[in-house]
Amino acid sequence: MAHDHGNDTGRTFTMARAGREAVISEMRKHPNMFLIGEDIAKLGGVFGTAIGMAAEFGTARVIDTPISETGFIGIATGAAMAGMRPVIEIAFVDFIGVCFNAIFNFAAKTHYMSGGQFKTPMTFMIGYGGGYCDAAQHSQTLFATLGHVPGIKIVTPADAYDAKGLMHSCLQDDNVTIWMVHKRLWGLGWLGFPLPAALSEVPEHDYTIPFGQSRIWREGKDVTIVGLGLTVHNALTAADQLAAEGISAEVLDLRSVVPMDRDGVFRSVAKTGRLVVADEDYMSFGVTAEVLAVVAERDPSVLKAPAVRVAYPDVPVPFSRPMEEFCLPNVERILTAVRATMQGFKR
Amino acid sequence: MKPNAKQRIWMYEAMYRSRRLDDAVLIAYSEGKTPVFNMGKGPLPGEMHQSFGQEPCAVGVCAHLGADDAVGAGHRPHHVAVARGVNLNRMAAELFGKVTGLSGGRGGHMHLYDKDVNFFCSGIIAEGMGPGAGMALARKMTGKPGIAVAFVGDGAANQGAFHEVLNMVGLWKLPFICVIEDNKYGVSVSKKDSTAVARNSDRASAYALAGEYVAGNDPDLIFEAAGRAVERARHGEGGTILELETERLHGHFIGDSGAYRPEEERKAMIDPIPMYRARLLAAGVLSAGEMTALEAKVQHEVDEAMAFGRSSAYPQPTEALEKLFA
Repeated sequence: MAHDHGNDTGRTFTMARAGREAVISEMRKHPNMFLIGEDIAKLGGVFGTAIGMAAEFGTARVIDTPISETGFIGIATGAAMAGMRPVIEIAFVDFIGVCFNAIFNFAAKTHYMSGGQFKTPMTFMIGYGGGYCDAAQHSQTLFATLGHVPGIKIVTPADAYDAKGLMHSCLQDDNVTIWMVHKRLWGLGWLGFPLPAALSEVPEHDYTIPFGQSRIWREGKDVTIVGLGLTVHNALTAADQLAAEGISAEVLDLRSVVPMDRDGVFRSVAKTGRLVVADEDYMSFGVTAEVLAVVAERDPSVLKAPAVRVAYPDVPVPFSRPMEEFCLPNVERILTAVRATMQGFKR
Repeated sequence: MKPNAKQRIWMYEAMYRSRRLDDAVLIAYSEGKTPVFNMGKGPLPGEMHQSFGQEPCAVGVCAHLGADDAVGAGHRPHHVAVARGVNLNRMAAELFGKVTGLSGGRGGHMHLYDKDVNFFCSGIIAEGMGPGAGMALARKMTGKPGIAVAFVGDGAANQGAFHEVLNMVGLWKLPFICVIEDNKYGVSVSKKDSTAVARNSDRASAYALAGEYVAGNDPDLIFEAAGRAVERARHGEGGTILELETERLHGHFIGDSGAYRPEEERKAMIDPIPMYRARLLAAGVLSAGEMTALEAKVQHEVDEAMAFGRSSAYPQPTEALEKLFA
């Protein structure tokens, strides 16, 4: 059994527990909802996403599968087309490499290709991200790989409150949705004690957070730092230090990769005039470029300085700690980026 | 169980409907593609994988299926769709890319969906296996009646999805039948050059499934074997790999001459439809007059469907942006 860290007595939850509460609540309401994936019934999910669920719902609704992602995702899709609401656990986003066809060529396209005849209400729970020396095949982020494919909605909460609300939104949606949590935010002791800011008070009742609605964690007037998942917390730490330097940073959490809150991004950048985007996915063709495109397409004249991307360099994730630390979109890199934007354009 | 007269007439009629549709499609496909063949031109553009010769597989299996059941087909779906009872007018319109098509022109010939008869396709080899088994799982989980059948080609048996899914079908005893249409070729590579076993149905033992091979491309024999598989699935006895020897009388798609096939092999191929027609007439299942009347009726339906598809309007271009999400 996986263990949860954090406060187990009050309503201050880890993100794993918050997401789990949403799944349990929706499964109680929807008899056609079931959980399917590896290591969920007995282990409770590699990242604790399914703790206690088999005890409540039984192994007919919390289905441990063989290690056959392309098979069970295809099966889940067929079940969804036949009226079920599968919730699919994939511990590491890296594993989509063995089942991507089932996701992007079938599940994501079925509603469109069938002219709306078949719905595919299915939610994936996926962990991502590095920073704990798990190397190139267990540390990726891959927002862009998934987000590039039409037909998939993708969210990534940065605290427990958002984890629960976004999970309810995913489970209530009639499309393919992916709920992604950075592994260092789950709240698992064996991945480091969770960031205090990721633990939050979680209301007992069900609530949703709309797709495509960003969240301003900290208001500021000099620069907008756009982040998502763990980089929101890196941006907040950076903002504290910047305040001491007299720089007022606004921290915007995208929360949804798809659909992206383009209006929210532009509104903030139009106000501050400077933009830094922090993302743990690979730099090229990714979320950081998409955010910059919002400003470039709408009105680049709002910028008082070139926008700066703080993303993963275009290399596989190295194992060795100093090399990995060098590549991550950490606080130092965000500080450097913001300071650069304060220099304005060099004409 | 052998098919009775009514079932044999139904099978012939469905085979004939599929064949006449493919005949009409073949003629219409050539429009706009001469003197230079360009796949993207003409009223029926794109790849076109036709079912000439494989009709017995679809009718022998679908003859046993009812409204509660689900059927998935692959990239060569016309005969399966017709045998399953997919709306012929809307299917033809989908081939023409028209707004009245099954998917309003978003799917095309490899992506035919008709929810009214629980029918779907996947153009990626073997990728319909999972969704088919998932439809079986949904029926088992909810206690609803019905089974699911996924049609694939012999080439699909070498894909990972085939094996992953069949392992779970065996593990969970799903009411599922994998129909392998063994036309002996995956595009240009023959089964004997691609597959380590002579019969993919032998692979059933790896997944605790029943496996059966039916030689001869004979609707009556396929009907009998499919009946056994359907009975097993309906009675909770688990899944079956039902491999059916068949013939791909034409190339992989229109434009493929099949020159890679040995001449003697091509000459030896038998068209199953005239064969079955002669058998039904000889057995007195249909009189010559009844046969003529049946064929005229089917031809009329096909003509109507093609005319409906041809005369329907194209979608508005901006409809391309609709129906991404539910």
